[in-house]
Amino acid sequence: MSAHRESPADSESPGRLRRNLLTAVGGLLLGGCDALSRTDWFPGILKAGETLSRRVQHAVTARKSMAEEFTERDLSPTFRSNGTGNPNDAAYQALAQAGFSNWQLQVDGLVEQPMGFSLEQLRAMRSRVQITRHDCVEGWSAIGKWKGVPLADVLTLVRPIAAARFVVFHCADPMDGHGTKYYESIDMEDAYHPQTILAYELNDATLPIANGAPLRVRVERQLGYKMAKYIMRLQLVDSFAAIGRGRGGYWEDQGYEWYAGI
Amino acid sequence: MPDGEPEAIPPPQSAARGHLYRRHALVVRVTHWINVIALTILLMSGLQIFNAHPSLSWGKSSYTNRAPIFETGAAITADGRTIGTTRIFDHTFDTTGVLGLSTDGGRQVAKGFPAWITIPSFQWLAMARHWHFFFAWLLVINGCVYLAFSFLSRHVARDLLPTRLDLRSIGRSILDHVRFRHPTGAAAARYNVLQKLAYLAVIFILLPAMILTGWAMSPRLDTALPGWVEFIGGRQSARTLHFAVAWTLVLFVLVHVFEVLISGVWNNLRSMITGRYEIAPELRPREPM
Repeated sequence: MSAHRESPADSESPGRLRRNLLTAVGGLLLGGCDALSRTDWFPGILKAGETLSRRVQHAVTARKSMAEEFTERDLSPTFRSNGTGNPNDAAYQALAQAGFSNWQLQVDGLVEQPMGFSLEQLRAMRSRVQITRHDCVEGWSAIGKWKGVPLADVLTLVRPIAAARFVVFHCADPMDGHGTKYYESIDMEDAYHPQTILAYELNDATLPIANGAPLRVRVERQLGYKMAKYIMRLQLVDSFAAIGRGRGGYWEDQGYEWYAGI
Repeated sequence: MPDGEPEAIPPPQSAARGHLYRRHALVVRVTHWINVIALTILLMSGLQIFNAHPSLSWGKSSYTNRAPIFETGAAITADGRTIGTTRIFDHTFDTTGVLGLSTDGGRQVAKGFPAWITIPSFQWLAMARHWHFFFAWLLVINGCVYLAFSFLSRHVARDLLPTRLDLRSIGRSILDHVRFRHPTGAAAARYNVLQKLAYLAVIFILLPAMILTGWAMSPRLDTALPGWVEFIGGRQSARTLHFAVAWTLVLFVLVHVFEVLISGVWNNLRSMITGRYEIAPELRPREPM
């Protein structure tokens, strides 16, 4: 309502005042929230929500609670590729050229027996097939059929020492111009979960490069960014201090939650 | 003073004032204003989260053989202009300026909801999630406090549950509402039946539905009870319902604020701040009902 159109009998200030007040309150709210988001301290308070979510979600679900498994009817026509679709990295491209025959998964860190695994060796181990839903932090979901070796079986061979608390995934895909490559981590509870597999097949075919060839991890009770693609090395650690900027993952270092259960 | 004309309601200093009584308990007032803050931030941060994937589907996943049921986007017209579009089922609308394409910091940006309604105002999914989950927990804890108080103090039974008489008078109450008539005297001390039903729906249907559909989007909580998410149509249906119920709550708030404004805004505001509500003396309506 513009001031000119108000009848003289109406005091013209209340309408305008109210509107200005609303605009001011709205501006203050938005500007305030933006400003708070940029402070060093306020996001720290907001992150109490993540801690609470992790604690409560662990309290109300079993350690080995299983993610829903679907049927072939539910498969998404194509499994969406997100993030890196083809790593822009010479060493990776050379491995891909050779059909990953020279690729090796290194497993080291806080383990009694560091080991390397070829793709052939991983394929020869016990496998698990699961049709699961992949939930991206952006909001979309896709259903795919995965085949891979349970991470627990790999860990059994390398024998983590008692101090090991997390499995860190070091990947081949460069994320910026500074040589940072993707990295992620999960705790031992998720590492030993029966549905946590190192997948080398998607929808009954060799895992495509767009979806993380030769190997990606499935962590079915968390969001997609936890499920690292193009895995080169597993490192068992007791802290993230020496990993990236110290928050346990590439996206975590950009401000996302380490616990991605919601 | 004819009832139903807001400008005719006497200001507090008027000689025609009735008596003040304690309408809202402290817990109700505090939890009400925490709700105002939490729901505002949840809506705005939720729309920022929506913008990361401005599309809604029905079913277990987003990629089935069916098209999304709601989608915003930007498109280029035959004459080369960039426009914002919104598609609902099979209908596409030009929503330039609001949905799909809007101005942010003087630039046209392709985004779902515009900057002025999202937290943060610019694209920042990680931060929106921190805001959203913090205030979601605040809403849940606040809701638990409210419910515990309301059941123990009999607020629900005494003030919110419609009486048999209330239910019989629904028709008249609807008529009163569309004529913007509001009760005076003793009747003004109680919630009217539509008000009761609206509050009950918000407290026991809409807010629980928001929380439940929010939980359904959590891959960890989905494992709590095998297959429970399929009961509400699958994870993407839950996301769609979360969005739809959020806007239903916005609709409630619009009607609620409208009723507050036309039934004595200062009296209503005072009662939700200090607890005291003024009952205007009973007056005869100007025209027969």
